[in-house]
Amino acid sequence: MTGLMVFLAKLISGANARWLGCVPDTRQRIYFANHTSNLDALVLWAVLPAEVRALTRPVAARDYWSTAIRRYIADKIFHAILIERKKPTARDNPIEQILAAMGNEKSIIIFPEGGRQTADEPVAFKSGLYHLARKRPDVELIPVLMDNLNRILPKGEVFPVPLIGHVTFGAPLKLLPEETKPAFLGRARAEVMRLHYL
Amino acid sequence: MKLKFDNEIFWLVGGVLALLLIATVIGQWLRLRVKSEGGQKTIVNLNARTKAWWFMVAVFMAAMATGGIGSVILFGLMSFLALREFITLTPTRIGDHRTLFWVFFLITPLQYYLVATNWYGLFVILIPVYAFLFVPLRSAMRGDCERFLERTAKIQWGLMVCVYCVSHAPGLLFLNIPGYEGENGKLLFYFVCIAQLSDVLQYVWGKTLGRHKIAPHVSPNKTWEGFLGGVATAVGIGAALWWATPFTPWQSAGMSLAITFMGFTGGLVMSAIKRDRGVKDYGTLIEGHGGVMDRIDSICFAAPVFYHLTRYYFT
Repeated sequence: MTGLMVFLAKLISGANARWLGCVPDTRQRIYFANHTSNLDALVLWAVLPAEVRALTRPVAARDYWSTAIRRYIADKIFHAILIERKKPTARDNPIEQILAAMGNEKSIIIFPEGGRQTADEPVAFKSGLYHLARKRPDVELIPVLMDNLNRILPKGEVFPVPLIGHVTFGAPLKLLPEETKPAFLGRARAEVMRLHYL
Repeated sequence: MKLKFDNEIFWLVGGVLALLLIATVIGQWLRLRVKSEGGQKTIVNLNARTKAWWFMVAVFMAAMATGGIGSVILFGLMSFLALREFITLTPTRIGDHRTLFWVFFLITPLQYYLVATNWYGLFVILIPVYAFLFVPLRSAMRGDCERFLERTAKIQWGLMVCVYCVSHAPGLLFLNIPGYEGENGKLLFYFVCIAQLSDVLQYVWGKTLGRHKIAPHVSPNKTWEGFLGGVATAVGIGAALWWATPFTPWQSAGMSLAITFMGFTGGLVMSAIKRDRGVKDYGTLIEGHGGVMDRIDSICFAAPVFYHLTRYYFT
């Protein structure tokens, strides 16, 4: 099933990975990307080399992935970490859930915009990425640009159009000492956008 | 349509394989001999191209061996992939999404269905008339007017070049040429050989003797020496292959001239689009060559002209 899913994702999106700022590695990483299409998580995950993919879990919204088929895909194929994005509470804290799921060896894929966007540029990042960076300074933060996926399967469409997408991996980002939350999140977003021009 | 396999087709296949073998040997010999860094880069690319040629020739021949239908499917797939590369490069908007869905999954297969069923009357007008009307209609229903004419034109043009024009190549298999029944496989073989050989020979002549650029802004690699040398050699080879075609040697030379000339213009136009979009290649699918569109740009322009010349004068 996993093999079939990877094959389909690559076939539909035609996506190839461009590793510009780093090389594929099984070390713990947080891949953060812009989000414009339902295909994003699937495609980013699919273009990772198999041994990296086996250790990488996408973070996804529980409200979206709750129907039976989606739930099956999220659990059995992606091993997605499903979090509450609408009403996080102290007891239902997404950051704690993500940190627990990561443990000491898993990498994760997150989309810090908090949902799919239709604008040309990514909107301001939500603060989760900052909290993760603060709690796990040892983990590499990799900016990823998902390009053209919004034309393959835009928000609100069911059938994909088979264009060619690109996934670009940038250089690892570090939370600087004394860096404020807005400054860090702004910098992270700029790093994703910068990959457009490389 | 049922294709016959005679001795002539084996001579054609043997000739192509011999040519590839020679190219491979020369490529390896050059690899050992050329020392300069720029030269090495050219040789590495040359050898990657030759390797890809082995693969493309194998696929083409396997399709041909099915007796025709495989060739229609193969060209259909090439159209699909070329259109994919073309639309990827040309900006469309979300308002075009459903239009594009129909373009890829209905109009493209339908055009090749018409080829396979030899429904000539609809084959020649499906895209220039019906798809031409359908594309703006479907996009207008979506209600996004921004750059409307531009978006519509891009999709229509993509369909014309990648699908309509290319579909004339397998269409050659269905021409009813008196005295040549069942032999059309050789005609398709001849056409693809001359179009591609002309590209290769222009590249070879250009790399070895090229000095004067024809269109430096559009395609810096095209030179007068490459063009004239390539065309002359390809026309010579085309004339020498007359025995595989319904043509006399002189007619075959004329046909080859038309193919090579149209092939050249196809390369030039598709290059102009690449320059406008700021890319070097249409894709990365074929190692050393770029995308599918980079390989079939000459076929796009040459196929309809060769098809109609043959249909008008020989059927």
